[in-house]
This record gives sequence, C-alpha cells and structure tokens, in this order.
Amino acid sequence: MTTNPLVEIKDLNFSYDERAILKGINMTMPRGKVIAIMGGSGCGKTTLLRLIGGVVAPSSGYVRVDNQVVHELSRDKLFSLRRKMSMLFQFGALFTDLSVFDNVAFQMREHTDLPESVIRDLVFMKLHAVGLRGAHNLMPAELSGGMARRVALARSIALDPMLVMYDEPFAGLDPISLSVIGKLIRRLTDALGMTSILVTHDVHQSLEIVDYVYFISEGVIAAHGTPSEVRGSVSPFVHQFIHSEVDGPVPFHYPAEKYATDLNLENRIA
Amino acid sequence: MPRRIVIGIRGIGHRIIESVWRLGYAARFFSLILLKSGTSIRRFGLIIRELYFTGVLTMVIILVSGLFVGMVLGLQGYETLQKFGAETAVGTLVALSLVRELGPVVAGLLFASRAGSAITAEIGLMKATEQLEAMGMMAVDPIARVVAPRFWAGVISMPLLAAMFSAMGVFGGYLVAVVLIGVDEGSFWSQMQSVVDFRFDIVNGIIKTCVFGVAITAIAVFEGYNAPPTAEGVSGATTRTVVTSALVILGLDFVLTSFMFRGVG
Repeated sequence: MTTNPLVEIKDLNFSYDERAILKGINMTMPRGKVIAIMGGSGCGKTTLLRLIGGVVAPSSGYVRVDNQVVHELSRDKLFSLRRKMSMLFQFGALFTDLSVFDNVAFQMREHTDLPESVIRDLVFMKLHAVGLRGAHNLMPAELSGGMARRVALARSIALDPMLVMYDEPFAGLDPISLSVIGKLIRRLTDALGMTSILVTHDVHQSLEIVDYVYFISEGVIAAHGTPSEVRGSVSPFVHQFIHSEVDGPVPFHYPAEKYATDLNLENRIA
Repeated sequence: MPRRIVIGIRGIGHRIIESVWRLGYAARFFSLILLKSGTSIRRFGLIIRELYFTGVLTMVIILVSGLFVGMVLGLQGYETLQKFGAETAVGTLVALSLVRELGPVVAGLLFASRAGSAITAEIGLMKATEQLEAMGMMAVDPIARVVAPRFWAGVISMPLLAAMFSAMGVFGGYLVAVVLIGVDEGSFWSQMQSVVDFRFDIVNGIIKTCVFGVAITAIAVFEGYNAPPTAEGVSGATTRTVVTSALVILGLDFVLTSFMFRGVG
C-alpha cells in the first residue's frame, strides 16, 4: 500500500472488562480508498471504528489519523480532528427532533459562520447527491430505512470530511436500497477525494465497491487483500465467510458440554 | 451462617460505595453542565425552544391543578373557619398555603411528572438511538448542545409555573369562597393583602421553587444522560426521575421551611 496513509493502526489491543476484544491489530489505510473491515457479529469491528474516532482509548498500541495519535490528543484537538472525519451509524442516528434539511445543516450551523442562504444551497447540493432533495421537509420518522441511511450519508459528507466511517451501512436494507447506498459510497468517495472505512458483513455488496478488505476473527486479522485476492483466498476462514458456509473455522455451535452429557445419555447407558 | 452474614455485609458495603460513587458522579455531571452552559447562554434560541417543551406544554396541567387545589382550599378553609366566625380569613388561608407550601411543592411534583419525565425519556432515547454519540463524532458536545439548554429551560420554567399555580389557586379560592359561598369580597382581599408578607412569604416561596427547579431538572437530565441504552433502561430512568424528584422535593421542602419560617408568625 502507498506511503503516508490517512489511518495507521499499530499493535492495537483493546479490552473491555478484562475481556480482550482486539488483539495486536495492524492496518494501513491509504488516502482516497474504500476499505472494508469484515467479520462476524461481535468480533470487534465497530469497536475499531470507535477507536479510530477516539470514542474509546486502546489498552496498548495506537491509531494514527492524519499523522496524529488519536488517544493522545487533548479534547480540543480531538474535536478539531473529528471535524475532518464523520461516521455513519448503523441506523442513521438522525436527530429525530430535526427535519431532514436541519439534520444535514446541523454541522454547518454548529461549526461555520456561513449565511443561511449559503447553507441552504449546500444542503440542497448534499441532498441532491443522495437523491433526496425533494424530501428536505420530511421528519426522520417519515423516512424508510433506506432513505434515513441516505440522509445520514448526506449529513456525514456535509463538511466534506477527509474520512468517513460507515458502521454496517447495508444492515436491514432491501436489495435496491443496498445497491444504491453501495454505489453512493463509492461515487462520493471518488468525487470528494475522501477515504471511506466500511464495517460490514455484507460480502457481496462490499467486494464490488471496495479497494481493500480486512477480515477480523476473534480479535485478530484473519486475512486481508484486494477483492480479487480474497475471492481467490484459500484461507478456510475467508472461504467460509465469502461462501456463507454454516460450519468451518467459525463453528455453528456455541461451546458447550458434550451433547450426550446434556441429554443425560451417558448415565442411562451406564 | 457466618458466610451468609459476610455476604450480607459485603452487599450493604457494595451498595453504599455504589451510592457514594453515583452521588460523586452526579456532582461531577452537574459541574460539567454549569461549565458548558456558555453555548446555551450565547445561543439563547436553544433555551427558548426547550422553554416551549418544558414550560409552555406543562402550563395546562399546572393551571388546571392550581384552580382545583385553590377551590378545595377555599371550601375546606371556609368550613373550618366559619366555626370560629372567621370565614373572612379564608383568603389569607388560601394565599398563605399556596405561596408558602402548596404552590412550590405541588407545582414541583407536577413539573417532575410532566416535564422531568419527558426530559429524561427524550435524552435517554437520544442516547439509545446513538444520536448523542453521533453528535460527539461531529465534534459537538452533547452536554453543551442537548443537556445544558434543557437544564436552564427547566430552571427558568419552574418558578414561573409555580407562580401561575399559586395565582390560579388564589383565583380558585376566590371562586368558591366569594362567588359561590358569598364571603365578603372586600374582607377576602384586604385580609389577604395585610397578612401575606412579600419578603417572608412570597420571596421565600420563590426561593423554594428555584431550588426545586434546579433539583428536578438536574435529576432529569442526569438520569436521561446516564440511562442504559435499552427500552428497559430508559423506562427505569424515567421512573427514577419522578420518584427521586418527589422525594427530593419533599425533603428539601422540610429543610427550607425549617430555615425560612422559624419564628415567623
């Protein structure tokens, strides 16, 4: 991968209540690319985004964003870094007391002194980019899941960030909305020259739009590579994940006693 | 048996430590609200918006309750006072009861049930739906942008609502005693005017409402902001807001009354 990456993760460990979530993660994310982080539910993908955003601090190791070690930043410096990044939450996290227009305008009003006429034009441009200019008057409760995700996407690019993180952007969407969101992520990343990090378990949609993929399993990087590399991977974990196989390195059964023991068969036979 | 006792003592100790920890955490949270109130004061529009939700929308229940409480006071007061031939003092009884005690306390209880619970539920749900975290990721401090405006709106609303409650109560007492029963109108008002003292009765009543306003709203925003992000967590936090506020109002009322009205006739 290229030099001077936007995000660099080095020997990152994170534990929650003594339970290790991430163990020795190393990643490099170059500017202008779409990078996917994949893995089963609860493997620490979302935690990784929270570490990049400085919401939580690592137990050891570091995350460097734009040449700044995130967990070492003062609160003011962290907030000024966050102005250059944004995050799309799993279900949009739109402000329910604000209209679609005001949601997209929120950061512009909070962080800039732009006149209302300019904000209006910018908001319409952002909403037009996601195809929802006509919905600017609606409240979040009036939107479908796919529309809410698109509004959240428009809000996340409101201040033209250098980095956008997407937490499960495809979860719970119908096939059309899913494809729309996927194409928008790719198009906006290219058009705005930003970097996108996708946390997802939607293999097929992601592999179509991303430049590089990391697979996380049980807190460590199980495999990584370009989409074509991972499609041809012989790693049993990647194979199971891409082909949605029920059993494999990720077992179908949660660890348990022997089946015969639980059914009390051993005693009966004895 | 000794093991059970040890477990019991350990449980009590654990609860005490947790309560002290939570109290300290609440004090720290309260300090943060005060420190981060600059945004709310600079952008007063944020407080105005919340004043509508916490103050204006609570007015109906406050006004109706005030009217009925005043009417009941008028009726009960007349029934008792007429036995001693002092029915013209009913205005004094109604006014003193309201401005000293019932106005601040009942308005406080109603405010906690209507506005306090709404503040907790709203902030709790904003947390559960990741809105607060999203705001933080946008480099906007949720305490400054969401919590502080609601806190100040509550602090401003409470004394005004209690004043409306008392005024409506006096009007209710007038309706029953003067209009319905026929107590002399001149005596009703003049006795009230001569006995109710501005400094000792009205100002003390206002101080009480201000203290209750700070307590109720601080409890409401604290419970909402620290609610576990689940349906059960938000419902539990809302209940705690109402129960804790009610107990704090009644406890503070006794403390404040004992300081304010000691030796006052």
